[in-house]
Amino acid sequence: MNSLLFSNIIRFTALVLLQVLICNQMNFLGSINPYIYILFILIYPVKNNSLSFIFISFVLGILIDVFMDTGGAHAAASVTVAYMRPVFLKFSFGAAYEYQAIKFNEADLLTRFIYFTLLILIHHFILFILIIFDNSKAGMVVSNALSTGLFTLFLALTLTTLFSRKEK
Amino acid sequence: MFLILFLISFALTTQAHDYNKTKVINSAYQISGSIHGAFSKIGDYFYLREENNLLLEENNRLKSSVFNTKTEQIESINIQQKFRLTPALVNKNSYRFLENYITIDKGEKDSIKEDFGVVTAKGIVGVIDKTSQKYARILSILNTKSKINAKLKKSNHFGTLGWDGEHHNIVQLNDVQDLAEITEGDTIVTSGFSYTFPENIPIGVVKSYLLNDTKDLYVINVELFNDMTNLRHVHVIENLDFNTLNSLNPSNE
Repeated sequence: MNSLLFSNIIRFTALVLLQVLICNQMNFLGSINPYIYILFILIYPVKNNSLSFIFISFVLGILIDVFMDTGGAHAAASVTVAYMRPVFLKFSFGAAYEYQAIKFNEADLLTRFIYFTLLILIHHFILFILIIFDNSKAGMVVSNALSTGLFTLFLALTLTTLFSRKEK
Repeated sequence: MFLILFLISFALTTQAHDYNKTKVINSAYQISGSIHGAFSKIGDYFYLREENNLLLEENNRLKSSVFNTKTEQIESINIQQKFRLTPALVNKNSYRFLENYITIDKGEKDSIKEDFGVVTAKGIVGVIDKTSQKYARILSILNTKSKINAKLKKSNHFGTLGWDGEHHNIVQLNDVQDLAEITEGDTIVTSGFSYTFPENIPIGVVKSYLLNDTKDLYVINVELFNDMTNLRHVHVIENLDFNTLNSLNPSNE
């Protein structure tokens, strides 16, 4: 249990730093910056208490907000995703979720792909609605959410694939 | 639990969008400021050559204006010093969304306060919006909430400079009188009406212009001199008469 806590702390810090120092400076194709920090929420161990999980997601979001001057937009999006996660876990992993036996490292790529895509899209839509906050700019919200979402998804899948072997 | 946290963060977001009330945590804070600062120093090394060229150009311009001015004039300039400039480094810059802020590595410790203007060698950047002990946050001109007085250099017709959020090298000069003669390529400079900026700081050139909906005022698209995506060295301008001027005109915004 302690080693789980430890690895979560490491992951939390590493993802925040990765987000703030690298991903926020990427400006891929002019202005696309992936929001890789939500990987923490995506692969947080399933067994853990959901209340503390939602709270940790809030803290994660607020931290990113502080760095990016976005008020509470990241926090709101992260909390929502954390709250809705069980539904999508059930949807994507089916029976494995009922037995609380999900291992993200061992899940096949398609399941992981669907699960990541759905949650990342929800997160990004909420995020961009709150950041842009102007109903005359709906097109900007959609284009930003889709382009950034795609990039985040790609990065999230790459990172999980890269690190999955080592953790065995 | 979810609802509470969601509402908190939603409230924080709306606060941040509301210019007058903002008391939200921001990137001028010590922790985030210092982390941004430490790592942007590494990035510095990659831009040394560009920065050198920029400084050389500016030096060249200043030198040529000094050589073309008589000595007595220069001395008289020194006597009536009205503005004090502080150099600063940009730690964090954003230009992607509608409300963009820039964080710099100077703060209250360097006697920087709210409403001071910020410029680069080429043109204006924005206005100081929040300060902490060691860092300050600038409301970028690429922020839909930004409002700066500006005028046409040629004819002195003035207006308010704002941003529509479309392109990060084009801002809009609104409310210019329809009597004004405008041609594309005209230079737009600060008006000096507000105490934030001295007069005649370059902003950009007229790219296109049209009458507004009521057909009595011009809206001018201004192409910025500054590349707002690539800021590094900036100068913070302090108007030494700020307090005196402000007390004379308390209703001034």
